Amino acid sequence: MAAASAAVAALVTGCGGGGPQSGGDQKLTGDKIVLGVLNDQSGAYSELSGKNSVKAVEMAIADFKAKYGDKAITKNISVETADHQNKPDVANSKAQEMYDRKGVDAILDVPTSSAALKVADVAKEKKKLYFNIGAATTDLTGKSCNKYTFHYAYDTYMLAHGTGTVTTEQVGKNWYILYPNYAFGQDMEKSFSAAITAAGGAVVGKDGAPFPNTSGDYSSFLLKAPTLNPKPQVLGTMQAGAELVNVVKQYNEFKLRDKGIGLAVGLMFITDIHSLTPAALAGTTYTDAWYWNFDQQNREWADRFQKETGTRPSFAHAANYSAAMQYLEAVQAAGTDDADTVVKGLEGKEVNDLFLRNGKIRAEDHRVIHDAYLAQVKPQAEVTEPWDYVKILKTIPAAEAFRTPSPDCKM
Amino acid sequence: MSGFLQNTFNGLVGGAFYALLALGLAVIFGMLRVVNFAHGALYMLGAFGAYVLLAEAGVPFWAALVIMPLALGLLGMVLERAVIHRLTRLDPLYNFLLTFGLTLILQDLVKSRYGIQSSPYATPTELSGSVDFGLFDFPTYRVFILGFTVLLCVGVWWVLGRTRVGMVVRAATERPELTRAFGIDVGKWVTPVFGFGIALAGLAGVLAAPMRAVNPLMGADLIIVVFAVVVIGGLGSIFGSVAAGFGIGLIQAWGEAYLSDFPIVSQTVVFVVMAAVLLWRPAGLFGREEAPA
Repeated sequence: MAAASAAVAALVTGCGGGGPQSGGDQKLTGDKIVLGVLNDQSGAYSELSGKNSVKAVEMAIADFKAKYGDKAITKNISVETADHQNKPDVANSKAQEMYDRKGVDAILDVPTSSAALKVADVAKEKKKLYFNIGAATTDLTGKSCNKYTFHYAYDTYMLAHGTGTVTTEQVGKNWYILYPNYAFGQDMEKSFSAAITAAGGAVVGKDGAPFPNTSGDYSSFLLKAPTLNPKPQVLGTMQAGAELVNVVKQYNEFKLRDKGIGLAVGLMFITDIHSLTPAALAGTTYTDAWYWNFDQQNREWADRFQKETGTRPSFAHAANYSAAMQYLEAVQAAGTDDADTVVKGLEGKEVNDLFLRNGKIRAEDHRVIHDAYLAQVKPQAEVTEPWDYVKILKTIPAAEAFRTPSPDCKM
Repeated sequence: MSGFLQNTFNGLVGGAFYALLALGLAVIFGMLRVVNFAHGALYMLGAFGAYVLLAEAGVPFWAALVIMPLALGLLGMVLERAVIHRLTRLDPLYNFLLTFGLTLILQDLVKSRYGIQSSPYATPTELSGSVDFGLFDFPTYRVFILGFTVLLCVGVWWVLGRTRVGMVVRAATERPELTRAFGIDVGKWVTPVFGFGIALAGLAGVLAAPMRAVNPLMGADLIIVVFAVVVIGGLGSIFGSVAAGFGIGLIQAWGEAYLSDFPIVSQTVVFVVMAAVLLWRPAGLFGREEAPA
């Protein structure tokens, strides 16, 4: 009896699977594709990604449907979204809920490194795809790498290598590094120190500031910087979000630029420049993964994005769009949403799209490599339209922008 | 030496914010027996108000420094009359919950309109330079904050110590029942005193706008330390709150400057001091044990 029913089942599947175009729907679980955007929707990182990344993913779905029309593997594509509040335990339970109960095929975004690593574990356990965009830790492609996790937009190596190397060569060799004293900050400090030393510079002082810094005050560090011997020429700040705003305000208040100490920022989003005003940051260099006004293609997309959201996109928004698109393309090509098949299709794939320039999805560690950009904030006088705050000094080629696959990664 | 003086100066500037906020909390607690958890949110409204006035109406810093405390003081009086007043007869926990709820509402209202991203606010040009003290120079704006706060505290001290209103407030703070028994109408002073406490929070907010990140959560980050300050000074002790405010500012600044190799220590020093003070003097440094009811 069992043998008979197995034979019937085989016959049925054999007939149904006539190819992706005819009756391809049976190849999808629940006859649909569900994308999950899991990120910070109310806290410090909600502006740079947050709900507007959900919009970006919806734009990708619309573009995918428009591109394939009736040939699309399905028209039933939806987005689930949740707020992880930057808490690893919340991220963990929301990710499980997405995969298990909401039928999510792939989770996107997940800023905050500690939360990002938790979700990588969930993806591995559930054998479902996960494209990390918002988090910086290189552990995602190091000791925590796994078959179902892709690190899409940037990481601490990219930031440190770009900013650390070029600033050391062009602005000054002696650095004072100020970092928030937790996983991200410590990781950034190590990456920067390595890049600075490799470029022939020196770290003459470094301090871990309390995190979170409840007093909002960084003056003791900023006062210390000019007294160090030898005197630093660059202050490298690894603070992010509101803490970065505090550091920069006080850097200007204590007039460190007039005292011959330039400013380099570890991680900055266009939204940070908007809130600090370009005047407060003029001349500051940082590494950007994507810039909305870089070329015509970016600009056109940014115009569409602005119509949807009322604001210009950060690189995280563009990367969420791109990752959603590449996932849908991979499912279309594979003719199934079976995770292992889709992963196989993505591995080693070379991509050029809105976000990924000279992009490649590395098979060894699932680092998605692409061109990165060394950016400099324009002086106020050169800002001619809202949100166009930076000029791109240099394009860092994909192969140089990211580290080589780490031996720590065992798939 | 100049480094030490600079750090000391900075500690006093940081302490000025604690002192202004703690002073407001202390007079409110003294008069109403209400632990106003919404104090941080009202401080945030002060800073945000200054930002909105400048960005949307072109109102400069100096005008905001007058307008915002008045506006928030008025809002405080309305809140006291409308809701807080109704709960003062119940367990203090009810008002604690109420003001906590108000905090969440105020934060989310600002968040939904202006987002979580910090808003820009430039230092007024008159105060943007630095003052040369011989041994070291120091941002003019910080010198201004320190001078202004000290003057304000002296002013409050004078009002409390030398005027009839001050006498009533002090008496009502120390022994509310007894003051009533002398036939003094404490009730009519409750609302203005609450408004005054809130006005101080608003003032601190405006002062913070040029040097701190102006965002909906700026008060939430600060208020925990301010509560520690109030406890160290002695709940309801007006002098204690100001002294503890400046003291904690100094301890924090020195801790960050000289204990930066031990971040755990510099982050927790305020709470260690609080625990030590409570063990040694359970009513705080300048507080008095409540008389048994």
